[in-house]
Amino acid sequence: MATTTCEIAPANPVEQFLRTDRIPHIWCPGCGIGTSVNCFTRALIELDADLDKIAVVSGIGCSGRVAGYLKLDSFHTTHGRAIPFATGLKLARPELTVVVYSGDGDLFAIGGNHFIHAARRNIDLKVICINNFIYGMTGGQVAPTTPVSAIATTTPFGSFEPPFNLPQLAEAAGATFVARWTTYHVRQLTRTIKEMLKRKGFSFIEVLSPCPTLFQRRNKQGDGLAAMKMYKQLSKTRNGAPTAETAIEQGKPIIVGKFVDIERPSYLGSMEQMLSSRLGDRYVHVENLEWH
Amino acid sequence: MITADPKGVLTGAHFIDGDQACTEGCLAAGARFAAGYPITPSTEVVERFARRIPTVGGRFIQMEDELASSIAILGAVWGGAKAFTVTSGPGFSLMMEHLGLAVMTETPCVIVNVQRGGPSTGLPTLPGQADMMQARWGSHGDYEIIALSPQSPQECFDLSITAFNLSEQFRVPVLFMMDEVVGHMTEKVIIPPAEEIEIYPRRLTVKPPEEYLPYAVDGDLVPEMVHAGMGYRFHITGLTHDERGYPAMNPEAQDKLIRRLKDKILENADRIITLEEEGLDSADVVVVSYGITARVAQRAIELARAKGLKVGKLRLVTVWPFPEQKIRDLAGRVRAFVVPELNLGQIVREVERCAAGQARVISVPHAGGSVHRPEQILERIEEAAK
Ligand SMILES: Cc1ncc(C[n+]2csc(CCOP(=O)(O)OP(=O)(O)O)c2C)c(N)n1
Ligand code: SF4
Repeated sequence: MATTTCEIAPANPVEQFLRTDRIPHIWCPGCGIGTSVNCFTRALIELDADLDKIAVVSGIGCSGRVAGYLKLDSFHTTHGRAIPFATGLKLARPELTVVVYSGDGDLFAIGGNHFIHAARRNIDLKVICINNFIYGMTGGQVAPTTPVSAIATTTPFGSFEPPFNLPQLAEAAGATFVARWTTYHVRQLTRTIKEMLKRKGFSFIEVLSPCPTLFQRRNKQGDGLAAMKMYKQLSKTRNGAPTAETAIEQGKPIIVGKFVDIERPSYLGSMEQMLSSRLGDRYVHVENLEWH
Repeated sequence: MITADPKGVLTGAHFIDGDQACTEGCLAAGARFAAGYPITPSTEVVERFARRIPTVGGRFIQMEDELASSIAILGAVWGGAKAFTVTSGPGFSLMMEHLGLAVMTETPCVIVNVQRGGPSTGLPTLPGQADMMQARWGSHGDYEIIALSPQSPQECFDLSITAFNLSEQFRVPVLFMMDEVVGHMTEKVIIPPAEEIEIYPRRLTVKPPEEYLPYAVDGDLVPEMVHAGMGYRFHITGLTHDERGYPAMNPEAQDKLIRRLKDKILENADRIITLEEEGLDSADVVVVSYGITARVAQRAIELARAKGLKVGKLRLVTVWPFPEQKIRDLAGRVRAFVVPELNLGQIVREVERCAAGQARVISVPHAGGSVHRPEQILERIEEAAK
């Protein structure tokens, strides 16, 4: 009997998490989004997570396509609004682990208001933000994360807007878990995603990720591999670093690590507590709002 | 059909306004999740829901804006709840993108718009009916929608149940187009016992995950649904998609999907549309109206009849889909239609389109801020009868 290649090459362990009937995916060679998905799925394997109880919600963008490739309950929503969709999903079905997976423009420009309010409320969402410093999907326009002097199609002579420092923003808004890695740090990222999935509370991981097609190229930073070398060279792991010190500036060290890990009463927990203390026996607790 | 969950049904006779009756209707229909953002004259609906829901079993959240509230309800529906949101003019404008997402993903839900005067901030505390075309066309793209227009607090209760039932039956967002007067007028509202309230259950699939395709249909044009957490590991997207729910970026997939989304409403228009008809058989003139204006028109019709005129009444309980066939049939045998509304001529365009020159169509416009005087409508009925 002929030996097929399948029998020689072991099956890719993350394949079970992917909608393989949708491959090839849309991402460019050297793009970091796929690397982050790999870390995410490996975290699921290592956690031995119940895949029927994990939902992924994305907004719109190259990063927003993640939901569509994951073989989980997955929702590709509207630009900027993954977080409020996820909020409704979580409040209707608290048993789910709800992951929001989207881009920096999606989560912090058009969706910035939703991000800060979900963090303030401490809704139990796990937010993974692909920060490629640019709007990828629409062809490389300036983002709220674009470093000063970087070239984008709508800042053809260099951006002069100050960018957000996302970990600081997340912490200030109330996130209980804040971390940053690059797509060079696959093991650390996998570990941090695992940690995030196990805990409760509004959690945020920023993943610095190359966009060779639109950001790297226009800013003379080479290809995806060159970006990896740059991340390796510039990154400094400082767990617990004050988020005020994590701003990113071109050519300066990139601070990575886990910066915040605290506990705060969750939205659902506080709701339960307030209503049952005020209403006593009249309060009717229902876990999942599913009706038949 | 199943009967209502008694936990949400406040059986009895109540003296409440339309906004509060709407809340009770939504609760009776089984809504256990609402998200909202305060805006006059609609806020009382969610205020009552926030007060009632903890003792019924469900959740309310006040979101940061209407973009958020209109998509939070969609998340809740895919999580298994029946859900609605409530707003007025400016908030309705912000909800349009998610109205489109709900249409595209076939997410059953109800959006209540207690209409006030517009455009922009307009007349926050005063009535209008000027969002009727926005209800029809407000989100981008081609689609069909269902919109109901109650004329009293009792109907705010009854028809909000109908709104939920239609949204579940056809998997489409249903717009509940109230107005400030109906929302704030207090009248007797009878809430029947739960066992007398019929509820259309969610169309959940019984197929196992390996056989289930989220957007496959057979015969009926409405696909079966699943909820997150049920083990189907399904995908939904606002992109044009195929039966698997996967993005399909080509004209054939677009044609197939968009036609089905339209056809599932249009081919069932007869089952969806509710009209109140009176005196149409012998009418020379038919007054076409909806919402609060129908009650003012009722008085005008009575005054005209007292003068010996043959006037019929056609009240659009369902405004969208528009009762095209009804207007066409009438146009062949009546002299004229008179169309009063609290806008400068929106639904009258539909009447004109369907009448197609077969009968005169006379608009009775009003920019909003109050209701018509019956005499204003009477005058136009008299003109039409000449
Ligand atoms: C309401 C709305 N406005 C604009 C767009 C166009 N648009 C699509 S993706 C995108 C930016 C995405 O950038 P980011 O979130 O950084 O994701 P990336 O593509 O870089 O992964 C924009 C502006 C849209 N889809 N919807
Ligand atoms: S454009 Fe950039 S972000 Fe988008 S897939 Fe290509 S490399 Fe990735």
